[in-house]
Amino acid sequence: MAQTITIDPVTRLEGHGRITLKTNDQGEVSEAYFSVTQVRGFEKFCEGRPYYEMPALMARICGICPVSHLIASAKACEAIMSVEVPPTAAKLRRALNLAQTIQSHALSFFYLASPDLLLGMDADPAERNIFGVAKAHPELGRAGVGLRRFGQHMIELLGRKRIHPGWVVPGGVTQPLEQAKREEILALLPEAYANIKMALTAYKRIAGRFQDEIDSFANFPGPFMGMVSESGGLAFTDAGLRMIDAEGLVLVDNLEAAGFDDCIGEAVEPYSYMKFPYLKSLGYPRGAYRVGPLARLNIASHAGSPLADIEMNEFKKLANGPVLGSFHYHHARLIEILHGIEAIEQLFSDNSILDKHVRARAGVNRQEGAGIAEAPRGTLMHHYKVNDNGQITWANLVIATGQNNNAMNKGVLQTAQRFVKGDKLSAGMLNRVEAVIRTFDPCLSCSTHAYGEMPLAIELLAPDGTRLDLVQRP
Amino acid sequence: MNKIKLATVWLDGCSGCHMSFLDMDERLLELSSQFNLVYSPLVDFKDYPEMVDVALVEGAISSVEDEHKIQHIRKHTTLLVAMGDCAVTGNVPAMRNPFGPLPILERAYHENVSAQPQTPSVIVPALLEKVRPVHEFVSVDLYLPGCPPAADTFFTVITELLAGRIPDVASLTRFGA
Ligand code: SF4
Repeated sequence: MAQTITIDPVTRLEGHGRITLKTNDQGEVSEAYFSVTQVRGFEKFCEGRPYYEMPALMARICGICPVSHLIASAKACEAIMSVEVPPTAAKLRRALNLAQTIQSHALSFFYLASPDLLLGMDADPAERNIFGVAKAHPELGRAGVGLRRFGQHMIELLGRKRIHPGWVVPGGVTQPLEQAKREEILALLPEAYANIKMALTAYKRIAGRFQDEIDSFANFPGPFMGMVSESGGLAFTDAGLRMIDAEGLVLVDNLEAAGFDDCIGEAVEPYSYMKFPYLKSLGYPRGAYRVGPLARLNIASHAGSPLADIEMNEFKKLANGPVLGSFHYHHARLIEILHGIEAIEQLFSDNSILDKHVRARAGVNRQEGAGIAEAPRGTLMHHYKVNDNGQITWANLVIATGQNNNAMNKGVLQTAQRFVKGDKLSAGMLNRVEAVIRTFDPCLSCSTHAYGEMPLAIELLAPDGTRLDLVQRP
Repeated sequence: MNKIKLATVWLDGCSGCHMSFLDMDERLLELSSQFNLVYSPLVDFKDYPEMVDVALVEGAISSVEDEHKIQHIRKHTTLLVAMGDCAVTGNVPAMRNPFGPLPILERAYHENVSAQPQTPSVIVPALLEKVRPVHEFVSVDLYLPGCPPAADTFFTVITELLAGRIPDVASLTRFGA
């Protein structure tokens, strides 16, 4: 008999989500839906407000990656002002974005995913959390807390607040860097290096245990999109986008913020508040693509910093061409942390970082502007229109996690087909279906411009729609 | 010693309050020997326990699901804390109120869409007409303003609560802190 399974809430995720699985008459899972259950309306309620307020307002979309929103939003405003940001301000913002990527990746890897990786997918749910990890693997637990603290502390030193710093504004940043703070930041680096090296070694030691998951966690061919530097290296701010196909052939190159909407469309499905972006030239759903750490590492030829270059070389040997298995997002995240630390060291070792000219000023010179940045979870785009007074009249946001929506849905189906047997939901199976979503580190708050506790329900439905089993939070 | 049962709940907020809670860093690991985190986006329990000693609630109430949840949580919680400006005043999520839910959905799922425009209607919960702070639905025992409240504030508040005292929040934080 066919049936439907619901998992609600999906835990250890950042946002509100629910999984519905449908089985066919043979009792096999035939359909899977990952629904995001919140929407907030930033694209609408910003209307009438002054454009220069946007970075601080839009940052409130997400408390995990507010910096990427600050930067993409500021860049959209700078397009409206037609100004160029002073070079030192651009460098400072780049460093801030890297610090955020480090703390966000540390959150994803250690606080949310490592319980599955270090304690096991079938471990006691009561222990399967960061506190359990800190008990069972005290050194690694502390390394994770330390890496997240490093990123947050650096954001605080630069922006005066760990969450929602007001430092990034249209035109640059409000204040230059002081020598004392630069030294303080450089002094944090040795501990950060030690922590990420320990984590990479530990991850590579255990990754081999997860062959089943590597094979079934959203492992499929499809395009990838991400930012890339002029020389083809990793980039998170101030560069163009590239899209490649599953063989590594370039589909789109040098895509700038202004052309984003022409190239990328968004579709809606009835079961989720999270939209489904796609490459317009391929149509929906064929044009669905993946973004984030795995995409960036697949697109870039090198990291552009010595230690991460070595790690990236090794990473690229996982496949002949782009790495297609989404389980490897975890590994890619750790490599990006290492690169982030190195890139921060590079930026802060150069005296130009202390330059006092960090803000360009101008009024409204154009009525439309778009900005892009790489958020921890992938490409982020803000697009605004203003009237002559600089009041917002329209906005569109394309958020990193949304661009993985299709892949997450496919991954849930693939994993459910591999691990769901019969009409009962076993806990280990449930956790694996959730774990496939965790590899993408979705920020569901961002993606619906909403955030919320993740009420992931897995509901198992019969072909006639009757509910066979349900697991969920109240 | 009976450990305190602590829950953290995430409604219509940006998660920044939860992140600030985590910003206690190592201090959180140390404090964790004195409480059990029985329900939270950080742990794997799917059901809200029969009785929770302290619940920290982030975010405003904006959908029928949020409303249902906060009622359930109130019934099963001794001390309910409104954590952060969204929970305390409605803050940013409430900025949609002058527009109402329809134009929000219209902009997101019809205007700014190039394929299959439609308002999501299955599985997802309906939006409330207005976004409102937590205390307009249930009684709140402690207000912790800030966007977000700082990690040091969390540390003081939780240390005090663990010692069985109600902290003096006014000296620690303010709206938008
Ligand atoms: S109070 Fe501020 S930090 Fe907390 S959820 Fe609301 S917007 Fe985010």
